[in-house]
Amino acid sequence: MLAFTLRRAVQAIGVMFAVGIIAFSMFRFAGDPVNQIVSIDTSAAERLADDRALGLDDPVPVQFMRYFADAAQFKFGVSYQFRQPVSTLLSERMPATLELAICATVFAMVFGILMGVYSALKRDTVLAKLFQAVSLIGISLPTFLIGILLIYLFAVTLGWLPSFGRGEVVKLGWWTTGLLTVSGLKALIMPSITLGLFQMTLIMRLVRAEMLEVLRTDYIRFARARGLTTRAIHFGHALKNTLIPVITVAGLQFGSVIAFSIITETVFQWPGMGLLFVQAVQNVDIPIMAAYLLMVSLIFVTINLVVDILYTVVDPRLRSTVGRAA
Amino acid sequence: MTEPILSVRDLHVEFASRRGTLRAIDGVSFDIAKGEVLGVVGESGAGKSVTGLAVIGLIDPPGRIAGGEIRLAGLRIDNLPPEEMRRIRGKRIGMIFQDPLTSLNPLYRVGDQIVETIRTHLNLSETAARRRAIDLLAEVGIPAPEKRIDGYPHEFSGGMRQRVVIALAICAEPELIIADEPTTALDVSVQAQIISLIKRLGRDHGTAVMLVTHDMGVIAETSDRVAVMYAGRVAEIGPVQDVVRTPLHPYAKGLMGAIPTLAGEDKRLVQIPGSMPRLSAIPPGCSFNPRCAFAFDRCRAERPEPQPRGAQSVACHLYDDVPAESAA
Repeated sequence: MLAFTLRRAVQAIGVMFAVGIIAFSMFRFAGDPVNQIVSIDTSAAERLADDRALGLDDPVPVQFMRYFADAAQFKFGVSYQFRQPVSTLLSERMPATLELAICATVFAMVFGILMGVYSALKRDTVLAKLFQAVSLIGISLPTFLIGILLIYLFAVTLGWLPSFGRGEVVKLGWWTTGLLTVSGLKALIMPSITLGLFQMTLIMRLVRAEMLEVLRTDYIRFARARGLTTRAIHFGHALKNTLIPVITVAGLQFGSVIAFSIITETVFQWPGMGLLFVQAVQNVDIPIMAAYLLMVSLIFVTINLVVDILYTVVDPRLRSTVGRAA
Repeated sequence: MTEPILSVRDLHVEFASRRGTLRAIDGVSFDIAKGEVLGVVGESGAGKSVTGLAVIGLIDPPGRIAGGEIRLAGLRIDNLPPEEMRRIRGKRIGMIFQDPLTSLNPLYRVGDQIVETIRTHLNLSETAARRRAIDLLAEVGIPAPEKRIDGYPHEFSGGMRQRVVIALAICAEPELIIADEPTTALDVSVQAQIISLIKRLGRDHGTAVMLVTHDMGVIAETSDRVAVMYAGRVAEIGPVQDVVRTPLHPYAKGLMGAIPTLAGEDKRLVQIPGSMPRLSAIPPGCSFNPRCAFAFDRCRAERPEPQPRGAQSVACHLYDDVPAESAA
């Protein structure tokens, strides 16, 4: 088990190294960074001094190793646009994005699993068919449209929920949270639904399909022949067997939720990393873009690792094969 | 004679399909007494398994019990509400399925599955149920049960898993066990062990067993009585030695003729020509008549009803005019 985890961790570092090369090369392809810093009337001597101060006169591999070493310590340089360290900017924005992503994922998991189980068990009811129809909408409508529709309905027409921003936030150390104030919670509802709807429908359809599959298996029939209660069979025996694919999808989707919260954050003017990234793109703020790229890949790699480990927790059969392979 | 544990009278099971209603079981009647092993034998699709599922109340839509009655120790159980039937399943009727590899939930320890079943039916504490589970595993012949109880199904071999399945089926001391081809998926050497285990458990606990199989050897070894099924009907039923030695129904004769014997000379095994009719195309009259060498006009027109011949009972027109005494 430990060997398995270590091997996966080494692979993860390899992936991060490759992403680092891409992030680093962004600086070089996007032109001379000194041009972004200096003004028009800077002398050539001063430019050279800047070059030297920034280490840009070193050979490229040296520059890359330095960049990678810094990045490993979460030092991503200084934003061209804000003149602040990128790490400070990201850590200020991160709580907003993570809170939104977690709320969206929890929303997607809870409703996705409930609706999936219901529509598998009561396949022919009106409600189950309604869920199927809703899931089709959720899967086919683009995120920004759902966000705008929600804003139109609940913020503009009904005036129940705020249309943008995070509401009041409370500071807990370096973390800021909107979960402790009423306005913060209200502000969280629509962005979470917008961001989580696609995941929810995906999970719902997955749970439904898996559940129908599992309910046909011999061990479910045998469980019924043993006279176990319907509840124990459905939620103890059947649901647990559907969880492997659900964990995979939910885990991988959590990465996309964070990475692609850009659209939702833009629609709702949510002060998170996605919004920061969009502004960075508009201003060619390469340090922020490169750091964002690294952050997102780090999140993906971490989630993949966690998902792999979670499999073995759910399925004992994997535990022994993993043990044997290691 | 005391009341039988299981009494099935004129059972009909139908499956609704796109091409109309299919009759899988068409007027089946039999009894099983306390401690008795009834073998049910027949080709695939003869309705053996469906009969077992009907008794334990697991016929799922589109199938349904369309007529007749099933009594468990006098209590009528074919029309019980689902919740009451659930309480009987596992408690008073245990069931063993064909494939031990897929009968156990792969994600739970075998002990947890046994404890869960025990606690569903008996009012026992977690620790008492666990002790009982260990005893059960020991009883079905699993070595080092106190260690194996914490194993997962994939850590058991096929034969050991079938033992676990049997432990699960008997964990609440049922009066009746339905074993649906319990040895088909196992090695021949393991088959013998499982068969003698089922036999011993039936004897020790006075449990009645309905043993569904297509293996005449298994039936001859295990059963007290045997029912030969064909196309959803009982062709012949009687004490196992009578039916094996002097089968009456032409189909039963054909089945016995198809058993290879060790003493057997170089004779070819007898084959029954043709195959069993599909449920959608059961011929009128006796359903066996197209394959029967003795069929006459009446067989094609009129359905034979079961009639007693000594200890046996046979549904065949050949015995209509013969007085009961001279038959066997």
